[in-house]
Amino acid sequence: MKIGVVTFPGSLDDRDADRAVRAVGAESIALWHGDADLHGVDAVILPGGFSYGDYLRCGAISRFAPVMSSIIEKAKSGLPVLGICNGFQVLCESHLLPGALTRNHALHFLCSDQRLKIENNSTAWTSNYQVGDEIIIPLKNGEGSFQCDDATLARLEGEGLIVARYVGENPNGSRNLIAGITNERGNVVGLMPHPEHAIDPLTGPSADGLGFFTSIITQMVSK
Amino acid sequence: MAKIVVDVMLKPEILDPQGQAVGAAFPRLGFTFATSVRQGKRFEIEIDGEATQAILAEVSKAAETLLANPVIENFVVRVEK
Repeated sequence: MKIGVVTFPGSLDDRDADRAVRAVGAESIALWHGDADLHGVDAVILPGGFSYGDYLRCGAISRFAPVMSSIIEKAKSGLPVLGICNGFQVLCESHLLPGALTRNHALHFLCSDQRLKIENNSTAWTSNYQVGDEIIIPLKNGEGSFQCDDATLARLEGEGLIVARYVGENPNGSRNLIAGITNERGNVVGLMPHPEHAIDPLTGPSADGLGFFTSIITQMVSK
Repeated sequence: MAKIVVDVMLKPEILDPQGQAVGAAFPRLGFTFATSVRQGKRFEIEIDGEATQAILAEVSKAAETLLANPVIENFVVRVEK
């Protein structure tokens, strides 16, 4: 099983994503932003960071990278894609997910361990969680406030497309405490907090993030 | 040569914490005129020759594709005299 991890200029968390993929026994394939070839991977992770310096808008330039044209096309026919933090921003800019991520409401860059509640375990990346599970994983972003119009919000709520919500105080002003969403098909998931930083209690607040990576393995094996 | 300006603003319903921070700084500096501040982006694009309707249409397309995110932003294209 091969999981691709994309590196854009300015990606930061590609190494941790690579480590998380290997931790669950999958083969990690490094994908380069300038190469449209996905090298036969079964799933793709868009990692966190500041791709292209966050110039213009977060994810706005990455969205046009050669690797993204392949990912956008394949995601539309079911390729599992997980976008974490900057990766979530890239997915929204690519219109693979609705809405947009904007500046945190208090303007500060956040870096803390965040409690989340899993709301949807029928996606490719969350099937190993139970709905209602509470997990603690790091949240670190400057532009993590999820925004969309009322009609989109109603659709996300009505169709169960919200994958995870912040528990407690709203950390960044996201509408309806949204921390992560999925598309209708459940193959594309965007998440603002970082499961790849929480796969081992030695280096993270918990191992609660592992479920995102074991879920994709479960999904692949059951196919 | 002509200069085309694209102004990009967050849609009115989208929270603009940067604009709010600027608005909050005014009274601290003794400026009391503002009831609201919204912050946006301005792009200045230079072209050879005249800004024809065809070129302006292309700039609009580029603005919609790259310069603005239509999910959260509006834009206006104009020729600077």
